[in-house]
Amino acid sequence: MTTLDSSKEIQKNNSEVNETHEDFRMFGLITFLIADGMTFAGFFAAYLTYKAVNPLPDGAIFELELTIPTLNTILLLVSSATFHKAGKALLKDKNSDSQKWLFFTAFLGIIFLICQLFEYFHLPFGLTDNLFASTFYALTGFHGLHVTLGTLMILIITWQSRTNGGRLTSQNMFPLEAVELYWHFVDGIWVILFIILYLL
Amino acid sequence: MTISIDPQKTNNESFQPKGWLRYFSFSLDHKVIGIQYLVCGFLFYLIGGTLASAIRIELASPMSDFMPRDVYNQVLTLHGTIMIFLWIVPVVNGAFGNYLIPFYVGARDMAFPRLNAVAFWLIPPSGLMLVASYFVEGAAQAGWTAYPPLSITTPQSGQIIWILSVLLLGGSSIFGGINFIATIIKLRRPGLKLMQLPMYCWAMLGTSLLVVLSTPVLAGTLILLSFDIIANTGFFNPVLGGNVVVYQHLFWFYSHPAVYIMVLPAFGLVSEILPVHARKPLFGYTTMVFSIMGIVVLGLVVWAHHMFTSGTPPWMRLFFTIATAFIAVPTGIKFFNWVATLWGGKISINSAMLFSCGFIINFVFGGITGVALAQVPFDIHVHDTYFVVAHFHYIVYGGTVFIIFSSIYHWFPKVTGKMLNEKIGILHFIITFIGFNLCFAPQHWLGLNGMPRRVAEYDPQFQFVNQISSLGALLMAISTIPFLINVFLSVRNGKDAGDNPWNALTPEWLTSSPPPVENWEGEAPLVEEPYGYGKKISEQK
Repeated sequence: MTTLDSSKEIQKNNSEVNETHEDFRMFGLITFLIADGMTFAGFFAAYLTYKAVNPLPDGAIFELELTIPTLNTILLLVSSATFHKAGKALLKDKNSDSQKWLFFTAFLGIIFLICQLFEYFHLPFGLTDNLFASTFYALTGFHGLHVTLGTLMILIITWQSRTNGGRLTSQNMFPLEAVELYWHFVDGIWVILFIILYLL
Repeated sequence: MTISIDPQKTNNESFQPKGWLRYFSFSLDHKVIGIQYLVCGFLFYLIGGTLASAIRIELASPMSDFMPRDVYNQVLTLHGTIMIFLWIVPVVNGAFGNYLIPFYVGARDMAFPRLNAVAFWLIPPSGLMLVASYFVEGAAQAGWTAYPPLSITTPQSGQIIWILSVLLLGGSSIFGGINFIATIIKLRRPGLKLMQLPMYCWAMLGTSLLVVLSTPVLAGTLILLSFDIIANTGFFNPVLGGNVVVYQHLFWFYSHPAVYIMVLPAFGLVSEILPVHARKPLFGYTTMVFSIMGIVVLGLVVWAHHMFTSGTPPWMRLFFTIATAFIAVPTGIKFFNWVATLWGGKISINSAMLFSCGFIINFVFGGITGVALAQVPFDIHVHDTYFVVAHFHYIVYGGTVFIIFSSIYHWFPKVTGKMLNEKIGILHFIITFIGFNLCFAPQHWLGLNGMPRRVAEYDPQFQFVNQISSLGALLMAISTIPFLINVFLSVRNGKDAGDNPWNALTPEWLTSSPPPVENWEGEAPLVEEPYGYGKKISEQK
């Protein structure tokens, strides 16, 4: 947004204040997500290189169960769909429906985090046990940080979409759209992470 | 969807201080932020320059007698980090980019002014943190590359502060990059086509793409490195089964593009300055644009030429040698375009022009040694010697810093409304040019004869050449004095510049000096031909 930092100037050039421009906040967010994606790309590249070059030393334990991560994948995919529902509802001015869907999405995010922690505590290796253990925790931890931030943001927009006095309406969809895009991004990263870490 | 500019909202910023105090505030004005970047960067340049002088004093004699060896390592680490992350990158991107890009695209401010201010205000605290780390337990000692295992085994607190500070500076750089991309692509004045933009916009677009694509990889790498230091993991620690070469790959995936992040904006700035002072259109606009984009693409796939001695497999050496040699093509196109711009022009010999010509001379020399270094047999011979030091100082000092000074001489009248003194400016140029070449040209010889870099002591047979180099460094240190005197005198009693002292055609000159807060009184001008000098080119022949 073009901001003029002096009230005096604004009055002097009153005609200019009516200038408009395209909304490019989403453009900025996409650029940021590309940058964020590159961080993950660096981590993935490091992990794949380790896998190709550094053999697992004798006696080192690096075994992963598939049950919890599969459940987590389903949780995140469903949460993407529920978030989409929330957006649709808000577009039709059904604020309370939208709020319910958002709350459900945040709930799924929290369940994901709890499952992730549960997995951490039941894995047979710790952060410093071997190279793959370290990489596993760094990758899933960094992704978990993204989910945590996303869940917090969803809770914030849930509060903002309340019927009386919330700033999130069908006229002001940007906060919801931005968090939704971020959430889909985090889901997409999880799917890649799931394939690379657990399935490969 | 469009956003209308709401006077109620913008009124909230009216508490902002006026006059010189606004340079110490969280100002949202892109011009104020640009100056903040420049002055802050220059202060760090003075600190980094002092450290460089300390290095040259130490190297004036073969023994480590001026400072202990571990202090020498800290000094060279801080020198490299400060000069790259706190002087060149913020100034050549942040300062000139923030000041000029909104003018060039015909906007009243950057796309995200608040993000812009945040990006600037990340810099002073992280810079101070970095400098202060010297007093904690000693600053980082592992060089600006922070290669493990050295960075893991040296004292930890300094290294961790170094990582934190580089992470913050990287964040600042990414925020800036996002802002530039959005401003150039989305905030262009209606009717202004991409191929009508001044060349600096293209350079900044290319640079910002590199920033957005490569800086996050450095951030990820440094996070892993800090895990190695704090949590005792083994990502890059061979003792714990890790792999140091992975760090080098990830680090250079950022740090080679970082060279272009430092030099591409300088390419853009010199393309603005030369046509004005030679009174000729920029030669080969379209080829310039495509060379910039070519450099961006190639710049992302040449990183392993820093690692020819790291056990790189033969196919990788072959690929990266060829890719690196290819970069000489777009760079060469730009070089010939600048020369062709000067050719037959009505050249005015002033400080801005002299520094730009100095840039061309130094840069082509640094570029030639760069192509030489891309060849594996030669690179293995001179790897980690003073030849490499000489090469990159020819690029970053002889190239970019010369352009920073050139740009200051060129745009000072616009920013302050006063002219800089030309006589002192030319004196500044002469001392800098002689000092720079005296300092770094002999280092090629030192490197070819095997003097290693980053070592406080050396074979006594190199002493004489090292003393010549130190003499050059002394001249470079002295050269900042006339510059500072010039700036202070001119701000107070300089000759009034008027709105357009160079009779330039780019949009920033079509407003008053200094420009008003909203950049133009009334509508932004549509500049379709930013380089339309001397239209009757057929008559000149």
